[in-house]
Amino acid sequence: MTAAVHPDAVHPDAVHPDDAAAAVARAHRDEWARLVGTLTRRFGDLDVAEEAAAEAFAAAVARWPADGVPRNPAAWLTTTAQRRALDRLRRESKRDARHQEARMLHDDTPPEPLGAVDDDRLRLIFTCCHPALAMPSRVALTLRLVGGLTVPEIASALLAQEAAVGQRITRAKTKIKAARIPYRVPSAEDLPARVTGVLAVLYLVFNEGYLASGSGTDPVRQDLTAEAIRLARLLHDLLPDDGEVTGLLALMLLTEARREARVAGGELVTLDEQDRTGWDADLIAEGHRLVRERLVAAAAGTPPGRYQVLAAINAVHTSARDVRETDWSQVVALYDQLAVVDPSPVVALNRAIAVAELDGPDVGLALVEPLAAALDDYHAYHATRADLLRRCGRDAEARDAYDRAVALTGNTAEAAALRRRRDAAR
Amino acid sequence: MQYLVSVIDDKTNPGRDDREPLISAFNERLVADGHWVFAGGLAATDAATVVDNRGEQPIVTDGPFVESKEFLAGVWIWEAPDLDVALALATEASQVCCRKIEVRPFL
Repeated sequence: MTAAVHPDAVHPDAVHPDDAAAAVARAHRDEWARLVGTLTRRFGDLDVAEEAAAEAFAAAVARWPADGVPRNPAAWLTTTAQRRALDRLRRESKRDARHQEARMLHDDTPPEPLGAVDDDRLRLIFTCCHPALAMPSRVALTLRLVGGLTVPEIASALLAQEAAVGQRITRAKTKIKAARIPYRVPSAEDLPARVTGVLAVLYLVFNEGYLASGSGTDPVRQDLTAEAIRLARLLHDLLPDDGEVTGLLALMLLTEARREARVAGGELVTLDEQDRTGWDADLIAEGHRLVRERLVAAAAGTPPGRYQVLAAINAVHTSARDVRETDWSQVVALYDQLAVVDPSPVVALNRAIAVAELDGPDVGLALVEPLAAALDDYHAYHATRADLLRRCGRDAEARDAYDRAVALTGNTAEAAALRRRRDAAR
Repeated sequence: MQYLVSVIDDKTNPGRDDREPLISAFNERLVADGHWVFAGGLAATDAATVVDNRGEQPIVTDGPFVESKEFLAGVWIWEAPDLDVALALATEASQVCCRKIEVRPFL
């Protein structure tokens, strides 16, 4: 895509600075991961790839306003980045004779055509999310190398120190190199487990945005949820037949669709109290389409994994115009299904909430109480229990449970909502 | 690419001690598949002696250099093209030895 030539431009190729900046931003969004992926395969080094890609974009920022936006920005960026990488390797080879690899130094082959290198991005994702790396390293590395976020952006998104994030990324790259973590798509046999690992990274990024922790931060971090959705879309494009990838994307879309309605006046608004006209109809339609796609596959005999079931639960919620219209028996049935693949106390807690809607708060409460030992440190356990106690008319106990929930939640908007419900229970 | 593969014994939760035939069979496969470089079991840490000659006089100390509840029971050196191959082997080795396994690349 070429930005329009501005009518006032003196130089025939020059474009208006705003157009050039927009073109760079668009290229960054569309081409960063592909560029890092291609460079990593060619030079076998994440560090070289990352630096060369960053330099190519810096060159685009400097040159596109004056020279014009190239007809094929991706090819321009690839050529520029490869030159920068070769320059760096040449410099290093002068310092260190061990790096004298003639093939690398004199490789002037033209850049790979677009499309043929698409799976480089997939290789990149699997390397960044390798199980031999600690989870926080996988998150930081994925946001940097696949997402193209800068270290300061990642630090601010994860509420971490810039130096700590930088060090984490450097250490992860060092381990990848030293331990020779491979740059490839895992074998068919390992693929499901490895995809699960990638999805865990994306879901963690999304959830940190969705229910942000920290007292000085916005309760919902749209930058993080948007980035997680972008990466999930990319993964879905690359692995369109993977049911769990589709499921996670659908889950994110159906959750994101409710974002605007989820916070009002600095308070987190629970599902039953949300203004459903504030939900994003386009995101819901897209999410429902993906869930239907998986329902067809499930009917054909492919058992759904946890993200697909979670997406289906959210599809039931987002299908109801009013909370009273929610098909709670369907929700309970889906939680039963989820408990089979994920028999965790958190799933049991969410199932109990649905049962309470179907059979009454006392029945739900009876299912919640036995989870006390496992979930005593979990704010949502106490918040759920408090709501059910209040609905059973046990106000004093409800107030104590709300206090526990407020003390445990790290989210400012949730704390505000819990305090209001506590004060109403008297 | 070579990896040092350490077999970690846990004093408070020792694994089973009837693994020799399984380990031998596993070693034969490592040799057949070209992964085997070296293997050796180690005597108990009580048998270790530490020598320190960084100062003026050499100092000889009875016992291991660090007392911990986990100790090295044996090592392998494997040849493997990348970490995924080494980790797949380590997954088998852990089951075969009934011990935790650390995989660490050589420089």
